[in-house]
Amino acid sequence: MYNIVKKTFLTPTICLMEVEDPRIASAAQPGQFLIVRARPQGERIPLTICDYNREKGTVTIVIQIIGASSRMICALEEGESFTDFVGPLGQPSDFVKEDDGQIEGRRYLFVAGGLGTAPVYPQAKYLFERGAKVDVIVGAKTADMVILEKEMSAVCDNLYICTDDGSKGTRGLVTEKIKALLAEGKKYDQAVAIGPMIMMKFTTLTLKETGIPLVVSLNTLMVDGTGMCGGCRVTVGGRNRFACVEGPEFNAYEVDFDEAMRRQTMYKPQEIEADHKCRIGRDK
Amino acid sequence: MKRIPVREQAPEVRAHNFDEVCFGYNEEEALLEASRCLNCREPRCMQKCPVSVKIPRFIEQIRNKDFAAAAETISQDSSLPAICGRVCPQETQCEGNCVLGVKGEPVAIGKLERFVADWSRDNKIKVAHAAPLNGKKVAIVGSGPSGLACASDLARMGYDVTIFEVLHKAGGVLQYGIPEFRLPKEKVVEPEIENVKALGVKIETNVVVGRTVTIDDLLEKEGFSAVFVGSGAGLPRFMNIPGENFNGVFSANEFLTRNNLMRAFSPESDTPVYIGKKVAVVGGGNVAMDAARTALRLGSEVTVVYRRTEKELPARAEEVHHALEEGIVFNMLTNPVEILGDEKGWVRGLRCVRMQLGEPDASGRRSPVEVPGSQFDIEADVVIMALGTSPNPLIASTTAGLQTERHGCIVASEDGATSRRGVFAGGDAVTGAATVILAMGAGRRAAAAIHKYLSE
Repeated sequence: MYNIVKKTFLTPTICLMEVEDPRIASAAQPGQFLIVRARPQGERIPLTICDYNREKGTVTIVIQIIGASSRMICALEEGESFTDFVGPLGQPSDFVKEDDGQIEGRRYLFVAGGLGTAPVYPQAKYLFERGAKVDVIVGAKTADMVILEKEMSAVCDNLYICTDDGSKGTRGLVTEKIKALLAEGKKYDQAVAIGPMIMMKFTTLTLKETGIPLVVSLNTLMVDGTGMCGGCRVTVGGRNRFACVEGPEFNAYEVDFDEAMRRQTMYKPQEIEADHKCRIGRDK
Repeated sequence: MKRIPVREQAPEVRAHNFDEVCFGYNEEEALLEASRCLNCREPRCMQKCPVSVKIPRFIEQIRNKDFAAAAETISQDSSLPAICGRVCPQETQCEGNCVLGVKGEPVAIGKLERFVADWSRDNKIKVAHAAPLNGKKVAIVGSGPSGLACASDLARMGYDVTIFEVLHKAGGVLQYGIPEFRLPKEKVVEPEIENVKALGVKIETNVVVGRTVTIDDLLEKEGFSAVFVGSGAGLPRFMNIPGENFNGVFSANEFLTRNNLMRAFSPESDTPVYIGKKVAVVGGGNVAMDAARTALRLGSEVTVVYRRTEKELPARAEEVHHALEEGIVFNMLTNPVEILGDEKGWVRGLRCVRMQLGEPDASGRRSPVEVPGSQFDIEADVVIMALGTSPNPLIASTTAGLQTERHGCIVASEDGATSRRGVFAGGDAVTGAATVILAMGAGRRAAAAIHKYLSE
């Protein structure tokens, strides 16, 4: 169970894994996530679902090394297994509940920041296959941090890449690209932004005046991921919501991003300390 | 003869470790305590046991030094005696109805049950007897007390039972909720779950019924003839007062799950826990006591804030007694109105008002009312909300035709039948948060009802 059938590093710090779990592969929908543990004393780590293959019974995940636990996950090799692998969790994206006829011809703008490209991929794919018009902006620090470029171009009409240093695509932030596209006269019926909280916040501010509905996927802290701990709570539309069971996707214009960003830092000191101690993947 | 006192870790010692507080009776103490039982012709203790353990009989077997027989007697009605002996509210059940308690102290039934269960485990007595399979499959959602009790009874009747558990370890609240110092996991919980598995029950962890598979999948695609939903009440409540989302405010569920299921108190664990200097726990139930005593053991100074008086505390008497002994401060008749934060959004205190008990309401409970102008602040850098939990809506929202009531509880009859044919439910998922033993009772009744339904 939970066997890793394929592992590749997309960048020096971002790893893609295809994992065997027939039940999750057959149940997963765009917008949902998983929780994994790399070892028996390991943390429960929420990860977005990047792809699923119902015939093969596999699920694809993409992990970035940002601390001790993600380092341990990325140290697992092909043929090894996760200790635990559970999902799919959270609500599927709203469009999953719609008829294919409703989706056809609808104009989508996806804004993906860094690792956020991974969860954008299954959404773009789902919509593109059903005849939606899909534009994707991918933002990354540098050219070698851009992931899934080939896969993404196959499931969208236009792929726009922006890098902070201009080493690939346009130089600048995703918000500048959004403005440029709108200035060109591009029209969208729906936008979706997934990436670092700060990127989603500024995308929200950028799109607020345009009247284009915007959905964001919140990567909050969580323990169980099933509604039990409440660690993931976010204020949306003035109400307390649990990202794990009511989300992870919410109407961006109602999200209190400042609070969400502050809550993400809850265990920062412990995480930094743990990462300093962790030697996994470093002593090779 | 007086009730035999039970040996415990000294409060000043146990306040710094996660080892079990209570040592339990040794053989000699158990024999003495068992000799106090009058073996009543009409045992009042049994009437109050939600799973009807044959109490006078097992106590008599203790007196006869036939501990294996005592274990066998208990196992006919309870699959989790080492757990129940530790966490049942005996004072309102068996012991509360013991005739000796009218004038003196009741027989320590809970401690005797625990003695038998621990002895039987340590001596590797096999109490589980698997029955030949009858060819019918039953699925159980949740491996907490109700699911385990239901599974045990069904397995004894020959059903092929699979329990689906969402977390990575079986046990439900026994695993994530009740702390190690009250209910040791490796020593007590895991062996009792192994006993259930020895009956032939399969447990699949990491399955989210409602997401990974639905109840309809189980009935239609996976060949199960009936389903029992014992998914508990896992959704934490908050007060909806200002400041509840400041950093440093946790649900008791989060705080306890990090420590119990994830073992964050141990340096071996990768899961972090935030340790406050001054912790305020809001609530007066067992969960509040567990959170307070866990925080104390992690090195915090702890205050419990409760809006009624000590008399109304819903926690087990023993837990309150232990908490007080360990140095936890109780602020009674106190209700938080706001959580105070610093400029960076971290908790710095709790703004409260004093309460007084008003007239008894319809239920006879005196409801607390605010004393005007009594506002005051308590300093705290961590606030833990232990205000109760509600059932998780996931199962109901993904199962067509499964009726729930206003608080999200699944509507079920006394024997667990729901609005959906073939789907039974019991425990906290039906009643809202209650006790381990009541959930076990519901699981047993549902097992009988499932047997009847599948025999029709």
